[in-house]
Amino acid sequence: MNTIEFTLLVGSGSILAGFVGALTGLGGGIVIVPLLTLVFGVDIRYAIGASLVSVIATSSSAASAYVKEGFSNLRVGMFLEIATTIGALSGAFLAMLLAPRFIAVIFGLALLQSAYSSWQNLKETPELKSDRLAQLLNMDSSFPSLTGIRHYHVQNIPGGFLVMLIAGALSGLLGIGSGALKVIAMDRIMKIPFKVSTTTSNFMIGVTAAASAGVYLHRGYIDPGLSLPVMLGVLLGAGTGTHFLMRSKTTSLKIIFSLVIFTIAVEMLFNAIKGKF
Amino acid sequence: MDTAQKDKSTPNTALIEAWIGNILKVGVAISAGLISLGGILYLNKYGLTGPGYATFKGEPEQLKDIHGILTSALSFHSRGIIQLGLLCLIATPIMRVLFSLGIYIKQKDALYCLITSIVLGLLTYSLMYIK
Repeated sequence: MNTIEFTLLVGSGSILAGFVGALTGLGGGIVIVPLLTLVFGVDIRYAIGASLVSVIATSSSAASAYVKEGFSNLRVGMFLEIATTIGALSGAFLAMLLAPRFIAVIFGLALLQSAYSSWQNLKETPELKSDRLAQLLNMDSSFPSLTGIRHYHVQNIPGGFLVMLIAGALSGLLGIGSGALKVIAMDRIMKIPFKVSTTTSNFMIGVTAAASAGVYLHRGYIDPGLSLPVMLGVLLGAGTGTHFLMRSKTTSLKIIFSLVIFTIAVEMLFNAIKGKF
Repeated sequence: MDTAQKDKSTPNTALIEAWIGNILKVGVAISAGLISLGGILYLNKYGLTGPGYATFKGEPEQLKDIHGILTSALSFHSRGIIQLGLLCLIATPIMRVLFSLGIYIKQKDALYCLITSIVLGLLTYSLMYIK
C-alpha cells in the first residue's frame, strides 16, 4: 500500500468518524483510535495524535452549526471546561508514566460503563424544578426540540463537575475527547436533555483536546501525513452528522450512542487482552 | 430558524451564538485550506512511497514547535504547511474562548468573566509547551 492509497482509505474511515462523532457528541477520536490501530496497524501514539486532531475538527465544525441553532448551552459548556481542562492537563502527564496497553484497558472499561448506563436510560429526561446553583450560574435555558422550543432546568452541578474532571483526565490519557463521559455527566447527572448534552459535549471537546494537543505536538505524536486524511475526512462527515442530529428523535440518538460505545469498548478490551498494544 | 423565538436568558444570546459559530467556521476553513494545499504537495512528493506508522519514531524537531513549523511552512515544505494548518485548527477553540471572554466583559458579567479567564489561563499554561 502506498501513501496515496493509505491517505484515501484513512480519509474514508475518517468521514465515518466525523459523522458518528458529530452525531453522538463523542468526537471523532472514538472511531479514529481503533480504526488506525486495529485496521491500519498504526502505533497507538500516532493514533492518539491523529485522534486529537479529529476531535478538534469534529468539535469546531459541528459546534458552529449547533451553537447557531441554539442547541449547545454555552454557559454550561464554559463552566464545565474548567474541570475538563484541569483533568486534561493532569492526564497528559499521566500518559508518560503508563503503558499503552494499560491505557487501552482504561479506555475499554470507561466505554463499557458508559454504554451500559446510556442503554438503561433511553427516555428523555422529564421537566424538573429549578436548582439554586443553576440559577446562580444562570444556566437554565431552552433548545429547539422536534416539537418546538423546550425549556429545561440544570441539576446537580457539583456532581457533573466531578465527572468532568475524570472525563478530562481520560481525554488527556487517551487522546480522545472523552465525550462519552461528558454526555453521561450532563444527561444523567445534571439532567440536561440528551440533544443539549451531546451538542454541548461536542462544543466542549474541542477545548479539552486543544488543552492536551500542545503537549502531544511537543512529544512528536502529531504527524502531518496522518493528520491530512483524518482532518479532511472528519470535516466531511461532521457536516452530515450535524444535519442528521437536528432531525432525529432522542431515543434513536440514544440507541446509536450506546451501541457505538459498546462496540468500541469490546474491541479495545479484546485487543488489550490479546496484547496487541 | 427564527432566532427571535429562542427565548434565552440574555437578549443578545442569539447574536453571541451567531458570532461564536462564525469564528469556529472561519478557523476550520483556514485550517482546511492550508492542510489541503500542503496535502497536494505532500502526496505529489511522497504519494508512491509507503506510509510508515507501525513503529513510533516521533516527529522531527522542526515539526514540534511553532517556530520550527513556521520556518518549515514558509520554505514551502509540504509537511510544514500541513502542520501549520493543524496549529490553526488547535488555535480555533482557543480563539472561541478568547472571544467569549470579550463578550462577557462587554456584558459586565463578572461571574462568567472569571470562569472564562480560568479556562483561558489553563489553556495558555498547557500550550506553553509548543511555544
